[in-house]
Amino acid sequence: MSPPRRPEPVQAVKQRRDAVLAALVAGVPYIQYLGITFDRRGDELTAVMPFDEKLVGNPFLPAIHGGVTAAFLEVAAIIELSWSLLWDEMESGRLDPAGLTPETLPRLPKTIDITVDYLRSGLPRDAYARARVTRSGRRYSSVQVEAWQDNRARPFAQAIGHFLMPERETAAR
Amino acid sequence: MVVEGTPGPELAQAFLQRIPHARALGIRLDAIGPGFAELSMPYDRRFVGDPRTGVIHGGAVSALMDTCGGTAVLSLPEALGTATIDLRIDYMRPATPGQRIAARAECYHVTRSVVFVRATATDEDGTRPVATATGAFTIERGAATDADRMPR
Repeated sequence: MSPPRRPEPVQAVKQRRDAVLAALVAGVPYIQYLGITFDRRGDELTAVMPFDEKLVGNPFLPAIHGGVTAAFLEVAAIIELSWSLLWDEMESGRLDPAGLTPETLPRLPKTIDITVDYLRSGLPRDAYARARVTRSGRRYSSVQVEAWQDNRARPFAQAIGHFLMPERETAAR
Repeated sequence: MVVEGTPGPELAQAFLQRIPHARALGIRLDAIGPGFAELSMPYDRRFVGDPRTGVIHGGAVSALMDTCGGTAVLSLPEALGTATIDLRIDYMRPATPGQRIAARAECYHVTRSVVFVRATATDEDGTRPVATATGAFTIERGAATDADRMPR
């Protein structure tokens, strides 16, 4: 009889999760261009977009460009969705973060449509966003996403998006 | 044609130049008239969303559409300022890598305080849209200041 499996060291688990997340984000030039990074607590992701002059849409207020806000919400939604897709594979150890490059990463979901609700003007401050996958289907998924700045209870934008899921090589799901 | 009171192409182009993110994306004004605007942006590797195919990220297309919608509202003779209330974007197909993306936005209904806008984006194949958008924008009709006049 084999002894019960020891739980994996916490550092190994964290390193693997962070490496997968980093590979996912680093592969997309536009995410780098906007300066968006992701904070991770367990499986919970928060997208962070530090304020930068090039993100401004109205230099007199000044306010973040509405298109930047839309892009930020869309990026947060797609990464959350991809992350939730990769989670099982990653936790089981089937996904090797060392071998992850933009070419070997599973393909990202494609946006079918996104509806952005502008609640307040985006201030010249860092912005944060969290997304929730409300439906994860084999072909289509729905994601809700909300962005805020100084005050979590006062979001400055929210969006709902529909996404076409990438084709899986195997019937793993 | 430009009607009196409508920001002319030079003024509209000057406005775009003063929007840092429009400048960052290389957005150019191609045409403007009362109630419509045409803007385009060049292909740029920094704005790629899928490195395997080189296709531009949907977010960059959203930024172009939002800017185009706001510019169309400002093209109305009575408009002094605008902000986006909401914007829905439908992505029809990936834009062909290497090609410019052009957007045309039209104000199809104007009320006292809200303008309803439709927009279409195409690459060099103008017959098949890359994306379409519908949005509601605020319209300010008060004393004009530069700050009021800028799209958000």
